[in-house]
Parts: sequence; structure tokens; C-alpha cells
Amino acid sequence: MRQELVDKIKANPDYQTLVKTRSRFAIKLTIAMLVVYFAFILTIAFEPALLGTPLSADSVTTIGIPIGMVIIVFAFILTGIYTKRANTEFDDLTKKIKNSVKEN
Amino acid sequence: MNNVMNRIFLFLILGSVAVLASGTIDGEIVKQALNVPAIVMFVIFVGATLGITYWAAKRTKSAKDFYTAGGGITGFQNGMAIAGDYMSAASFLGISGLVYAKGYDGLIYSIGFLVGWPIILFMIAEPLRNLGKYTFADVASYRLKQTPIRTLAASGSIATVILYLIAQMVGSGKLIQLLFGLQYEVAVVLVGVLMILYVTFGGMLATTWVQIIKAFLLLSGATFMALAVMAHYDFSFGSLFAQAVEMKGIAVMSPGGLVSDPISAISLAVALMFGTAGLPHILMRFFTVGDAKEARKSVFYATGFIGYFYILTFIIGFGAIVMVFKNPAYLDLAKEAISGGSPILGGNNMAAIHLSHAVGGDFFLGFISAVAFATILAVVSGLTLAGASAISHDLYASVIKKGQADGMAEMRVSKIATVVLGIIAIIMGIMFEKQNIAFVVGLAFAIAASANFPILFLSMYWKNLTTRGAVIGGSLGLATAVALVILGPIVWVQILGNAEAIFPYKYPALFSVTAAFVGIWFFSITDKSHDAEAEREAFEAQYIRSQTGIGAEGASEH
Repeated sequence: MRQELVDKIKANPDYQTLVKTRSRFAIKLTIAMLVVYFAFILTIAFEPALLGTPLSADSVTTIGIPIGMVIIVFAFILTGIYTKRANTEFDDLTKKIKNSVKEN
Repeated sequence: MNNVMNRIFLFLILGSVAVLASGTIDGEIVKQALNVPAIVMFVIFVGATLGITYWAAKRTKSAKDFYTAGGGITGFQNGMAIAGDYMSAASFLGISGLVYAKGYDGLIYSIGFLVGWPIILFMIAEPLRNLGKYTFADVASYRLKQTPIRTLAASGSIATVILYLIAQMVGSGKLIQLLFGLQYEVAVVLVGVLMILYVTFGGMLATTWVQIIKAFLLLSGATFMALAVMAHYDFSFGSLFAQAVEMKGIAVMSPGGLVSDPISAISLAVALMFGTAGLPHILMRFFTVGDAKEARKSVFYATGFIGYFYILTFIIGFGAIVMVFKNPAYLDLAKEAISGGSPILGGNNMAAIHLSHAVGGDFFLGFISAVAFATILAVVSGLTLAGASAISHDLYASVIKKGQADGMAEMRVSKIATVVLGIIAIIMGIMFEKQNIAFVVGLAFAIAASANFPILFLSMYWKNLTTRGAVIGGSLGLATAVALVILGPIVWVQILGNAEAIFPYKYPALFSVTAAFVGIWFFSITDKSHDAEAEREAFEAQYIRSQTGIGAEGASEH
């Protein structure tokens, strides 16, 4: 990529918006995943009995089971949230940047 | 050497993962009645996939076709293929076997294998697609020196691929031996030959469709099994769990001994998360789609399929506790006479296979056996293709020919590499028969997390990365991972017979990944050379392309 093109794209406000919004969004979602997962893992390391708490007095099912299932579903939902926004909002911005480059 | 290797690996058990325990699948004990449905379905699968290979071979004309199926796979297809690539026999049989043996601990593993996927989507998938062509080394070496970076990345890839291949080959040999009554060596050779055929003739296109079909069959079979189990308990998890507790005690409902201390827990988590993002056969799949949009969709679908699959294996594991455990039909009487404890035929990893018989008779057992075999074929094909690409695209075309090789020559080299890797896989599969498959996959993840991932990640996001930093830090990560496994409690104490482990933890990733990142950082910032300056300056252009894909179209449409 030529230096003029690099400078031009860098100066493009759409590019700045794209990079800034997307990075923030991606980092937020990454942190969300890490926090949930490490909270789970650290609970297992420090307080495993917590996950072994029965759901109710007469049930053998422990809270660890729905929590585990929810983490799996949570991971999937996060990918859905990111994909939806990236495939619409971020891709539109990218298209605008590409068009502005093509114009000359 | 064979004996030493066998001794080294004999007792390598990662955590309490109860997988194909060595010696538990033994021809004379388990001579099964000839399973006709299994053989028929297996033959149909092989026939169909060879048909696909023939079809794909006619469409595989260029190097781009060979490595990436021409880049024309859709996001949904690729998501399915990624799932087919990732849900290995170790996942299906190993995790359901782990749930069968330990209950809740199996779920901890499943979650670890899944949570790397969102991270791949948020951080890796898009820049990878925008910067790379055929291998992740394309990205790592984008603005750095080709020879050292490609050599290191290819070493990391090949090490990961071979370790993973060994695990799959050993698993397949034992599985086929048990299910079809074939000799172990014959089974391993059969897998190796089929995989060589798929990859050399059909390239990525055949591999992709083998993986898609396999994912479909595996998800269907596992869904049926889980539904059959749940139907037995009127779709009440409460009753299923209550019955399981009655069979095995309350311990199956809560975390057990899988992760015992905080350091091990974090270290395991690091290995699984970052390891997934450093697996070459997974990363390679992102080059088969047309653009970043399809790459994102791939991860979305793949995460859905894989997550769903892990929920199914959890149900299947509990199903096996209630329907297989202590069921006289599946009891290994010879072994019980020696050790007691109601062992099942073929070891805990056969829990899902026995369950398929319990819920669907000989016919469904045949189906699941054929699916398990298809699973192995699909995974080894993806692995071999990734390994062959590292050899042909990174080592041959970039390091040896300095980028001057033409596409046809490169493709020829990758086909030769496929055959060689296939033969290595067969030999290793036979040599390492007595080894535990979970350990090898664990080491493969540790290397992927400690060598491949840090270089790839920092090359995408860190301006100050230099060749020197990447090479020293990456090598440090690789060496640390391998050394700490050897010095750890399993190899050092249980196998080599020393009194105390030099490195007290079972999982090295926390330390080896840290070593890699610190090494890369330190040797990059202290690199004052001219080349390093140029590498830093080239970051901006690379970053723009990674973020927008501008410039990527030309490269991918050749």
C-alpha cells in the first residue's frame, strides 16, 4: 500500500470511527467473555463447593449445571451480537471507506 | 526407543481425564460379534466421501483451490466445517467418557473448549481473513522477515498437527479395532490411506465437504441419543440426575478433582482459550470464505454447533451413567475380575458407543460407530492439510524458494507433504499405541497457545513487534511449554520415577504463554536495528488492510 493511500485512509473520519467503535466493541465483548469464564474457573479453584449447592432442598441438581449451560449459551449469544453489528454497521462503514478510496 | 516412548507416555494422564486407558482395548477381550450395520454404513460413508473427493479433484486446479477451495465456501458451510474440524473423537468420546466417569468435571472441559471461539471472532478472524492467503504464517510474517518467522510458525504448526494427528490415529485404531474387530495396525493404515486420498486428490474442497457431512452426521446422531435418553426420563433433567446420583453418588453433580488449585485452574483455562486461537487447521479454515463478513458468520455458526454439541455430550455422558454403568451387557468381566469397579468394555471412552447400543440397538450402534470413524477421518484430513500447507506454502515456497515458486510446483510439494505426513501419522499411530490421547491433545494446545497464538496476535495488533522479538519470544514459549510438561508432575514423577516434580503444575500454559509474551515484548522493544524500524513503520499499512480489507481482494483473487 502506498504511503499516500495510507495517509488518506488514516485521515478519513469514517475509518477513525470504524476502528475506534469496533475496537471498543470487540474489547468489551472479549472482557465480558473473559470475566464470565474466569469467574467460573476461579470458583472451581477456590470454592468448588459453591457450584455443588443443590438448586432446592429436595433436588440433586446443583446450581453448577445451569451455570455451565448458561456460559455455553452466553458464548454463542456474544458471537451473535458481534456478528450482527459487524455485518451491518461496521461493514457499511468499511464500504464507505472503500468507495472514498476508489473515487480517485 | 519404542519402549522408552511407551513408558514415557503410558501414564500420562492429563488431570483426571479418563480416556482410552492403555490396554483396556484388547483384541482378545473384546472380540465383538461382527457388526453388519456398522460395516455397511461405514462403507457407504467411505464410498460417498471418495465420490466427493473425485468431484472435488476435478475442481481443484490451482494452489488456491487446493489450499482454500477457491475461497468460495459460504459462512454457514464453513461454520459447519469448522465444527466438523473441531469436534474430534477426543471431544465426542473423550468428553462423554469424562462425564460418564466424573460427571460435572466433563462440563468444565467442554466450556474451556468453547470459550476460545468468541475470542477468535472478536480478535482474530477478521484480520486473519484480510491479511492472509493460505496459512496463519502469512499474517505473522506480513511485515516481518519471511524466513525466520515462517520457519518458526511452520514449526509450531507442524508440531501441533503431528501431536494432534497421533492422538487421532491412536484413537481411531483402538476404536476400529473394538468396533469392527480389525487389527489395530490395519485400522491405523486404513485411516491414513483414506486421509491421504481425500487431501491429495480433493484438497480443501474435499476436506471441507467431508467435515460438513461428518458434522451433520455427528450432530444428528448425538441429538438422537440425547433425545432418547431424555425421553426415558420424560424430558426431566431432575429425574435423569436423580437416577445418576443413585448409580454413582452425589459427587457427579459438582466439580471434582479436575482442577485442584488456582494456578492449575488458570493455566488450563489459558491453554484452552488461547490454544484454540492458535490451532493451524482451524485458522486455515478462515481462508476458505470470500470475505470478512463470511468469516464472522463462520464463527457464529461454528460456536452454535460446537456449544450445542457439548450440551449433547453432557446429556450423553449422564445417559451412559444411568444406562451403561453396571449394565451386564457392557461390563468388562475379565477386567472386573482383576480390578473390580464395574469397568465397561473398551474403557470409559466407549461410554457413548455403548449408550448408542442401549438406546438404539445394533443398527444405531452401527450408525454411531460409523460416525465416530467419520469424525476421525474428517479431523485428520483437516490436520494433514494444515500441516502440508505449512510445509509447502511456508517452508518450500517462502523459505526455500523465497517466494519464487509457481503455484503448480507449490501444490505438488503440498501433495508430497500430505503423503509424507500421512505415513508419519501411520507410523506414529502404531508406535504410540499405548499412549493416552488426552495428554497429546493437551500438549498440542499448550504449544498452539504459547508459540502460535502470541506471534499471530501481536503481529496483528502490536506496532512495535519486530522479527527478533517474535522469533526469540515465540521460541521461548514453545520451549517453555515442552520443558514444563517434561518437568511436571506427570512425566517427571509418574513416569521417570523421581520423588518430586521440578515444576509442580500439570498445565504449563500460564507460564509458557507469559514467557512468550514477555520475551516477544522485551526483545522487540530493545531491537534498535534498521530493519526493526522498517517493520514498525510498515504496521500502519498492515493495520489498515487488516481493519478494512483494502488490498486483500487482489491477493485473494490472484
